[in-house]
Amino acid sequence: MASVTPLHRAPAPEPPALHARAMDNLRFIRDTMEAAGAFTAVSGWGMVAVGIIAAIAATVASAQDTVLRSIYVWMVAAILAPCVSLWAIVRKARRAHVPLLSGPGRKFILSFSPPMLVGALLTVVLYRAGVVEAIPGMWLLLYGTAVVAGGAFSVRIVPVMGICFMLAGTLALFTPASWNDWIMAAAFGGLHVAFGIPIAWRHGG
Amino acid sequence: MAKNGTARDDRRPVGDLRTVRGKSDGSAAAARADALDRLIHERLRLGIVSALAVNDALSFSDLKKLMKTTDGNLSVHARKLEEAEYITCTKSFEGRMPKTEYRLTAVGRRALERYLDHMEALIRATRER
Repeated sequence: MASVTPLHRAPAPEPPALHARAMDNLRFIRDTMEAAGAFTAVSGWGMVAVGIIAAIAATVASAQDTVLRSIYVWMVAAILAPCVSLWAIVRKARRAHVPLLSGPGRKFILSFSPPMLVGALLTVVLYRAGVVEAIPGMWLLLYGTAVVAGGAFSVRIVPVMGICFMLAGTLALFTPASWNDWIMAAAFGGLHVAFGIPIAWRHGG
Repeated sequence: MAKNGTARDDRRPVGDLRTVRGKSDGSAAAARADALDRLIHERLRLGIVSALAVNDALSFSDLKKLMKTTDGNLSVHARKLEEAEYITCTKSFEGRMPKTEYRLTAVGRRALERYLDHMEALIRATRER
C-alpha cells in the first residue's frame, strides 16, 4: 500500500501589529486626501490672522508722514505675518495628520518661495534706487504670483486669491503713491480675511 | 464587513483588530481598537469619508475615479454611509444628465476625527511601550 503523506496546514501568518495597521490606515487617509486634491496646506485661519495684522499695519502706516516710514511699518508686518502663517500651517497639518513636506505641501512651498525671494531682493534694489513708491505694488504683484504658482497644486480658491493680489498690485503701480496704504490694507487685510474664512470653513481649517 | 448587515450594525467594534487583544500591543491598545467604528474602518468607506473631508462635495463619478472602484461597489458603500448619516446624497440634473453629489455631514466629520484619534492613540501606545 502506498504511504500516505499527511497534509500539513501552513502556519497562519502573524496578524500585523496594531500600530502597523494604524500607520497604514493613516497613510491611506493621507493619500486619499492628497489624491482628492482639495486639501490645502494653506491655513484659512492663518490667513485671517495675517489679514488682521495687515489691517493694523495699514492703520499705523497711514499715520506716518513719509512713504519710507510707511514701508518700514509694512516691513515689520511682512516679518510678523509669515511667522503667524507658518505656525497656523504647521498646526493645520498636524491636526489633519498630513506631513507638511510631502505631496502637495512640498509642491506648494517649492512654487511659492521663488517669487517671494525675488520680492525680497527687489525690495533692496528699489530701496537703494530710491523708488520706494513702487515697493507696495511690487510686493502685491509678486505675492500674488507666488500664491497663483503655489495654488496651482492646491484648491481652486487659492490661485483665485493670487489673481486678486496681482490685480491689486497692478492698481498700486499705476495709481498715486498716497493710495498705497489703502490698496495694501484692502489686499493684504481684506483679501486674506475674505478668502481665509471660506478656506478655513471648507478645506480643513 | 457583514454583507447583509445594516449601517448601524457596522458600528460594532472591529473584529479583526479585537482578535489580537492580549498580544504584544497590550490590553490598553486593544481596548482602544475595540472602540473603533467598523463603519468607517472599511477601506472604501474610509476613502469616501477622507475624500469628502477635504472637498465641499464630490460627484459619484469623481468618487468612482478616485477610489478606482465599480459603480455597484461605490453605491453599496455610499448607501451604508448615507444610512448612518455620515454623508448626504443629492440627486439633480445637469442639463439632461443626472448628477449625484455626496457631502460629508458633521456626524461623518466627527467620526473621521474620532477614527484618526484612535489611530494616533494606537501608534502612541506602541511608542510608549
